Amino acid sequence: MPTNSNTIEALANREYKYGFVTDIEAETAPRGLNEDIVRLISAKKNEPRFMLEWRLKAYRQWVKLERSEAEPTWSNIHYPPIDYQDIIYYAAPKQPTEGPKSLDEVDPKLLETFAKLGISLEEQKRLSGVAVDAVFDSVSVATTFKKKLSELGIIFCSFSEAVQNHPELIEKYLGSVVPYTDNFFATLNSAVFTDGSFCYIPKGVRCPMELSTYFRINTADTGQFERTLIVAEAGSYVSYLEGCTAPRRDTNQLHAAVVELIALDDAEIKYSTVQNWYPGDKEGKGGIYNFVTKRGKCLGRNSKISWTQVETGSAITWKYPSCILLGDNSIGEFYSVALTNNYQQADTGTKMIHIGKNTRSTIISKGISAGHGQNTYRGLVKILKSATGARNYSQCDSLLLGDKCGAHTFPYLEVTNRAAQVEHEASTSKIGEDQLFYCRQRGISAEDAVSMIVNGFCKQVFRELPMEFAVEAQKLLGVSLEGSVG
Amino acid sequence: MLVIEDLHASVNGAEILRGLDLEVRAGEVHAVMGPNGSGKSTLANVLAGRESYEVTRGRVLFEGRDLLPMSPEARACEGIFLAFQYPVEIPGVSTAYFLKAGLNAIRKHRGLEELDAIDFLAMAKEKLKIVEMEQSLMTRALNEGFSGGEKKRNEIFQMVVLDPRLAILDETDSGLDIDALKIVADGVNALRSPDRAMIVITHYQRLLNYIVPDHVHVLLNGRIVRSGGKGLALDLEERGYDWVKADAGAPA
Repeated sequence: MPTNSNTIEALANREYKYGFVTDIEAETAPRGLNEDIVRLISAKKNEPRFMLEWRLKAYRQWVKLERSEAEPTWSNIHYPPIDYQDIIYYAAPKQPTEGPKSLDEVDPKLLETFAKLGISLEEQKRLSGVAVDAVFDSVSVATTFKKKLSELGIIFCSFSEAVQNHPELIEKYLGSVVPYTDNFFATLNSAVFTDGSFCYIPKGVRCPMELSTYFRINTADTGQFERTLIVAEAGSYVSYLEGCTAPRRDTNQLHAAVVELIALDDAEIKYSTVQNWYPGDKEGKGGIYNFVTKRGKCLGRNSKISWTQVETGSAITWKYPSCILLGDNSIGEFYSVALTNNYQQADTGTKMIHIGKNTRSTIISKGISAGHGQNTYRGLVKILKSATGARNYSQCDSLLLGDKCGAHTFPYLEVTNRAAQVEHEASTSKIGEDQLFYCRQRGISAEDAVSMIVNGFCKQVFRELPMEFAVEAQKLLGVSLEGSVG
Repeated sequence: MLVIEDLHASVNGAEILRGLDLEVRAGEVHAVMGPNGSGKSTLANVLAGRESYEVTRGRVLFEGRDLLPMSPEARACEGIFLAFQYPVEIPGVSTAYFLKAGLNAIRKHRGLEELDAIDFLAMAKEKLKIVEMEQSLMTRALNEGFSGGEKKRNEIFQMVVLDPRLAILDETDSGLDIDALKIVADGVNALRSPDRAMIVITHYQRLLNYIVPDHVHVLLNGRIVRSGGKGLALDLEERGYDWVKADAGAPA
């Protein structure tokens, strides 16, 4: 008679649904990284001088870092050394013209790819209320709803376009939250990033639809280095969604993105991610290395930045979406679900840096480990002397499925203001045999029961997601866990 | 409906059931009584298919089919319901969502159309009245923060919604005050019908004042040592289990 631990352990064998490769001609740079590659990328993008200089500074910094300490080693993840000279730093789908002016000029194969992923770029077919910027390998393919948004003065376009059309904004804000010296991967990104999204919400404008970027890695052996910059002027609001997939490959692919958010007085940015990069196979072969730096700066008074992430993909996830709470009364939030199955590893969490008075932050982290997955929460709450009246609430819960996985929690608290309040709660639980049996006794299959229990565990985070994303996230969780119960 | 023959079962290697025989026909209510450790809950869990209980000998036929190879969910779909002695909490999952998932799995198995959220709620609201529970129960996370009485009433509510062929109530009376006990008993009585059977497991005679059984069995050391009508429960109440123990020649 099968025992229940066997039942739980057997979860996770469903095929990765987005593992197909699009057969499309790509223009790629030679493998490896040197100053010429950086210049090539900048030239391909026809960038102004300040961009090239910034990239070169970053490149030189990176070379220094690589010679001295290389990648950071403090995180709880393990992988063979990455050969940075074996990566292709620029890959773009070949276009007959310089770039698509409208959707009619986009290669139909590309549109097909995004359609397969459930992302229709044709505006009329879009679910109402979501504008999409799609990034394929390194290049932004198309941005929908651009016209409607521009009527409100909202700029939502690819990063490359923004560099061409709004260089003053880029020069002002690029690197203002994540400087090129920030960390090894952010430095690398600063040197070689190829595209991404740019979003600017003018004063007092409430963006009427969700803005969304969809990232797709297609070409083999490429790295994807995109950069997202969102600026919310005083009194504005924007909700931004990010989704990611990649083909199934035996080799690991590097993804090192940077996201910078800036919120001015009374502005609010809500940033949601559903990350489903290819996680590797059951033996842990292949998959994306996801080394991402995401940070928001609440620059203005009463501003608010909220990160919500559902991380189910990638072989390795290393990311800490953070908030610098500079403006008085500003608010930072972090809601996270991270799931690791098979041999996936995640070291993720947040940093909340309280500088302004009466700043508040909330951290809700839900880690789920199945198979041989290792899940680490790492978070810093730092309250500076100036942050009188600052408050933080942190809750870190871990759920274990089976007995070969691991959950780890590293909360760091640095409080230098006596009038601050910091609360931390943590729990670790297993899906109990009694919970499973209870569900099954009511007719619910073991697999559905696990999915139901896990979804219940994540509810606090899911309810922060925009509606359509919440549904997608729940499904994704179900799929990612499939097979972990036999 | 249910035939149990020479059933032996162990938990963690310790034999708890030692040759249990029982036959339950449609329309009947059987009370199984016995002192602590006699195997009452083991019987309930074995019938529901809990995997940590190992059946080492004997057989169980349900509607003429071999029950033992079936998974717990298959048994539920066939119409076996267990009201748990200790109902489990599932944080973040509402009672309504949970019960709808269960009901639809069972309906699907029976070839019925699945109910959508609106039809389900309409039906469930009616059934809530039977156990005199607030509608807010449906939106609360399953059993989380429920009082002991609420948990037990929630079990009966689920039973009413799932409409089983065979209901097993595992010490549903434990921890209930007299008012809650009456509500639970009313719920159970409302479900009595010629094509449904019930096994009511209890330590005390008290519950049987409200749910009047057709048959009473005394379980001792993993076997049924005495069976009778409802009068047997009253005798037990008066004379205690020692009387049966002495009678059965079992060590006290």
